[in-house]
Amino acid sequence: MHPALAVIFLTLFSGGGFGLMALVATVNDLQIDGGLNPLQTLVAVLLSLLLVTIGMLSSTAHLANPRNAWRAFTRWRTSWLAREGVVAVLFYPFAIAYLVWVHFTDAPTAPAGLALASLAGGLGLVTIFCQGMIYATLRTIRQWNTALVPVNFYAMGLASGATFLALIRMALGGKATFLAGLAMALIIAVAVLKGIYYFWIGRPSGPTIHTATGFNRSRVRLLDQGHTFGTFLTQEFGHRLPREQALGMKTVMYVLAVVIPLATLAVAVEDTSALAALVAAVSVISGIGVERWLFFVEAQHVVNLYHGRQRC
Amino acid sequence: MRLGLVIDLDTCVGCHACAVACKEWNTSGTTAPLTDYNPYGAEPSGVWFNRIRHYEIGEYPYNKTVNFPMSCMHCENAECVTVCPTGASYKRSEDGIVLVDQSKCMGCNYCSWACPYGARELDRVSGTMKKCTLCIDRIYDMEIPEEERQPACVLTCPAHARMFGDFDDQESAVSRAVRERGGYQLMPELNYDPSNHYLPPRVHAPIPVDSLRKKATAKLKEWVNRVVER
Ligand code: SF4
Ligand code: SF4
Ligand code: SF4
Repeated sequence: MHPALAVIFLTLFSGGGFGLMALVATVNDLQIDGGLNPLQTLVAVLLSLLLVTIGMLSSTAHLANPRNAWRAFTRWRTSWLAREGVVAVLFYPFAIAYLVWVHFTDAPTAPAGLALASLAGGLGLVTIFCQGMIYATLRTIRQWNTALVPVNFYAMGLASGATFLALIRMALGGKATFLAGLAMALIIAVAVLKGIYYFWIGRPSGPTIHTATGFNRSRVRLLDQGHTFGTFLTQEFGHRLPREQALGMKTVMYVLAVVIPLATLAVAVEDTSALAALVAAVSVISGIGVERWLFFVEAQHVVNLYHGRQRC
Repeated sequence: MRLGLVIDLDTCVGCHACAVACKEWNTSGTTAPLTDYNPYGAEPSGVWFNRIRHYEIGEYPYNKTVNFPMSCMHCENAECVTVCPTGASYKRSEDGIVLVDQSKCMGCNYCSWACPYGARELDRVSGTMKKCTLCIDRIYDMEIPEEERQPACVLTCPAHARMFGDFDDQESAVSRAVRERGGYQLMPELNYDPSNHYLPPRVHAPIPVDSLRKKATAKLKEWVNRVVER
């Protein structure tokens, strides 16, 4: 698949934003580590809204005809893309209401405030699921057509959200031993789940050039694609990553999304250094950015079989 | 009704006339235009509803060239319609034709991801998704003679490799052709249940060469060869 930055940014930033909101709600609901103080809550909710908005705006940049974007909310009965849009928009009033509540009452853990936060957090989690399902429902791309996709989106949204939360808490003068520990646990979960995913898609399966053409008992070889230059199909679906390069990018991904954040978060807790937490946050989001890029480039659409690939 | 095409892989000569006729008709049809990018430049490209690819089946000397036209299969389980968030993509209940309402499409490409057969192409100029309409503006046109109420590709094919009809009618020409010639669907394992079917190349009896009577000179040559060898 063509790795369009607009689509990569959508799930990358909004996933982190939704994960952050869900964790703000959880931490304040359960008074984990004493809960967040009003300032920390305000900054966290603002950052969450900012990240979600960056994601949403960049996704409209991907549309060839954005005039009709409002129609994308209409087919929520059948389309996961429409569902994602609807739930993401529902997220805003609750997140903003919580922001306003905390601003005026200074009581982030009052029951009414918590109700708003929990609703916003819950809707954020549902949106992450919808985002995963946009890809996971496509039977045409076996690297996406697996339940591991929404699972991974959850792990990565929550891991980046937890890292942001630990950063905010430390930057605003709190101790974040538990939050940093939570972030580290989630980052380890990302490493494991992504490992399972790569193992899973590494095994060949699905349609071949034989089932695509119906010639099941003999060799099938493309003689001519029938077009002079590239088409929409080759430009959108033709991307491929050589094995060594894919391995290199995966190493980069693991270093950025797992190794550096784990090390810097440990340092941050030891030295109560917000700077180290900042490095962790930047590193984790860039690592997940690389992961999302790989997610697209490694996805091999079955239409490539008609352009001569033996299997996808 | 379940309208669709049958493509005869035995007789298709790969001339691309169907694709050209399609482009000509539809570039002023209901989802017009079919924009070309850089048509006279070094890298010509553009929107087509119908594309023909060419394959070699089998290995020499038992190989064969097969020309393979593909357009929208008007699937029963059209996932392209299911995933469309705007409702621009729809499947008509009366005849099964899958269409894109150009006034509703937002150009998100999602439906093209869901189509296994590469039948949908984004038009960069209009910003909307384009695909085969089964010439909906021909097949119901009461102004033209009945025999011309067929898709442009079917009318134009010089090899009669394309047939149009109703697969729900067991006695229609397309249903009979599929039944009698072993017509099949592409990538059935994905369960899109495409309406278009493909007829496999016929298996011809090999033309016997051993039993032909040889000419006298050829016989003489063979005899000389044998003698000289000794
Ligand atoms: S061939 Fe593709 S575009 Fe046509 S109905 Fe089937 S899935 Fe949809
Ligand atoms: S490109 Fe148009 S027709 Fe296709 S899914 Fe998006 S809105 Fe629907
Ligand atoms: S016009 Fe007929 S023979 Fe020519 S490529 Fe199309 S189907 Fe084949």
